[in-house]
Amino acid sequence: MGTYLIKRLGLFIPTLVLVSIIIFVVMRIVPGDPALLILAGTEGEGEYTEQQLNDLRVSLGTDKPIYTQYGKWIWGVVRGDFGESFWYRGVPVMDEIKKRFPITFELAVLSILISFILSVPIGVITAVKIDKWPDYLGKAFTISGVALPTFWVAILVVFVLARFFNWLPPLNYTNLWEDPISNLQQLIFPALALGFNNTAFQARVTRSSMLEVLREDYIRTARAKGLGESLVLFRHALKNAFLPVITVSGWQFSRLLGGAVLVEIIFLVPGTGQLLVDSVAVRDFNVIQALIFLAAFMVLTINLIVDLMYGWLNPKVRYG
Amino acid sequence: MARQRSAEQELPQERAVLTPTLVTVRAGLSFARKKPLGAFGAIVLAAMVLVAILAPWIAPFDPSEPYVERTFSAPGTEFLLGGDQIGRDILSRLIYGARISLFVGLVSVSIGISLGSLLGVVSAYFGSKIDLVVQRLVDAFLAFPAIILGLTLMAVLGSSVTNIIIALCIVLAPGSIRTVRSQALAIKEMDYVLAARAIGASDWGIIFRHMVPNCFAIFIVLATITLGLAIIVESSLSFLGVGVPPNVPTWGGMLSDAAYTDIGGAPWLSIFPGVALALAVFAINFLGDAMRDVLDPWLRGR
Repeated sequence: MGTYLIKRLGLFIPTLVLVSIIIFVVMRIVPGDPALLILAGTEGEGEYTEQQLNDLRVSLGTDKPIYTQYGKWIWGVVRGDFGESFWYRGVPVMDEIKKRFPITFELAVLSILISFILSVPIGVITAVKIDKWPDYLGKAFTISGVALPTFWVAILVVFVLARFFNWLPPLNYTNLWEDPISNLQQLIFPALALGFNNTAFQARVTRSSMLEVLREDYIRTARAKGLGESLVLFRHALKNAFLPVITVSGWQFSRLLGGAVLVEIIFLVPGTGQLLVDSVAVRDFNVIQALIFLAAFMVLTINLIVDLMYGWLNPKVRYG
Repeated sequence: MARQRSAEQELPQERAVLTPTLVTVRAGLSFARKKPLGAFGAIVLAAMVLVAILAPWIAPFDPSEPYVERTFSAPGTEFLLGGDQIGRDILSRLIYGARISLFVGLVSVSIGISLGSLLGVVSAYFGSKIDLVVQRLVDAFLAFPAIILGLTLMAVLGSSVTNIIIALCIVLAPGSIRTVRSQALAIKEMDYVLAARAIGASDWGIIFRHMVPNCFAIFIVLATITLGLAIIVESSLSFLGVGVPPNVPTWGGMLSDAAYTDIGGAPWLSIFPGVALALAVFAINFLGDAMRDVLDPWLRGR
């Protein structure tokens, strides 16, 4: 396990460094001068003097060569400091992220829970009843789940709720710890909409993984020694079919943590996804680069955790 | 053995009457027999492309002309599919929207997946340091969720059709590098590559004469499968208002209009663009799955 851990970490850190370099290069080279952007505005309508421009460049640190800027940025990132927002001068980016991230996190957890609860039974039933009507029904569901864009599903959910239940996405977000019931009422529908595609995909993975396991010899042995069908399915089959399902959920979860951008916008959830869209609208590059770095960091970290879990659960991986 | 020989003897005669068109038609028919869903997808997609090309002649109204008195008019009354929040014809906007969705999707997939595939082949062929660098870069790019990377790139580049194509290429290419590389690694070990090297073919000669043509099947399959994703990402970015400039009708932009106006009152605003989008993605997925089964055993079951 030790060497496997080192090997896997040896992939993680260089990739993370590369991610930070890519972000930095994209953000600093293409848009030109951030100081000019702040003073002149996005449309170039602001008035300023040469002196102001130079002062701002010095205070932002953009007068220094690019590698110095990168070093300064990455040193801040390591200490959890992403600099200040361009738009709200003086507000640290990290403060805003600390406010928004728990909301996105909760949404992601809820959505993964929902899709887990729905997809595993669907996957098991369709695998057991292969080529019978439940399987066809399941297939229709997974195909539509994969093809229907999440944001359209979200719009339809809002539409149905607004039309038939008189429910509109609330304008003010309620904190989970202050009022758990109304917080859940706010997040359950976006989580459902968000979970729709994931449910379909997970159900497909569960089904194919179950089908594979059900063909194994130990399943036949379990049946031959007279175990009840439910015991065979849950104790022997599902337990072994779970690994790919966990991998897929981990992958989906990590992508949700970056911010479910469109669903957050449609349901007015003030998470990191909405912050990203707002920052893109005003071209607040410090916030944007912090958020995209965080999104990639989440993906890489969860991948690492899933891989390590895999190695822990399956000796073949860590010695392979 | 005897059977095989008789088949071989019949072949030359048959070939004499086969014209290229006939071969294509036959291949198409046999594909349709084996994969009816795939053929259905191909027909739907072809119909959509045709509608997109012929948009100025097919669309019943000017897509950006507001008929104020027809604001929110129900489907079938003034316009076939109803009017939107400022009285524009939804059907005409859908038809023009197909242009952007399909054009942006097809162009970005052709460029992005071509460059990605070529890089995958090169990375596999040269191996060692080049391969290492390319693969770590792919790792890094695959860490970004598609929409978030697309959004960031559009923030930096500014919204225009060209820029969204560039952004989509960057979002879509890394995945294809990885997939093509894994097949190119197998091709690299083939005897004909060894033979080519033995007779003194140059590296780039082998890459373009032998490796690239043998990766063509996987390229076609990848391009088809990725097209669905490209269309979804483009419409998502247009929905967020950073894709195509807002005055151009797009499916994503129409959905955003629908979401930001009276959502409970006029369902046709959100239903029709979504149906068009879903239909396109359905058709592409069906076609992609069928092509994967027919063309390329390599990808089967992935």
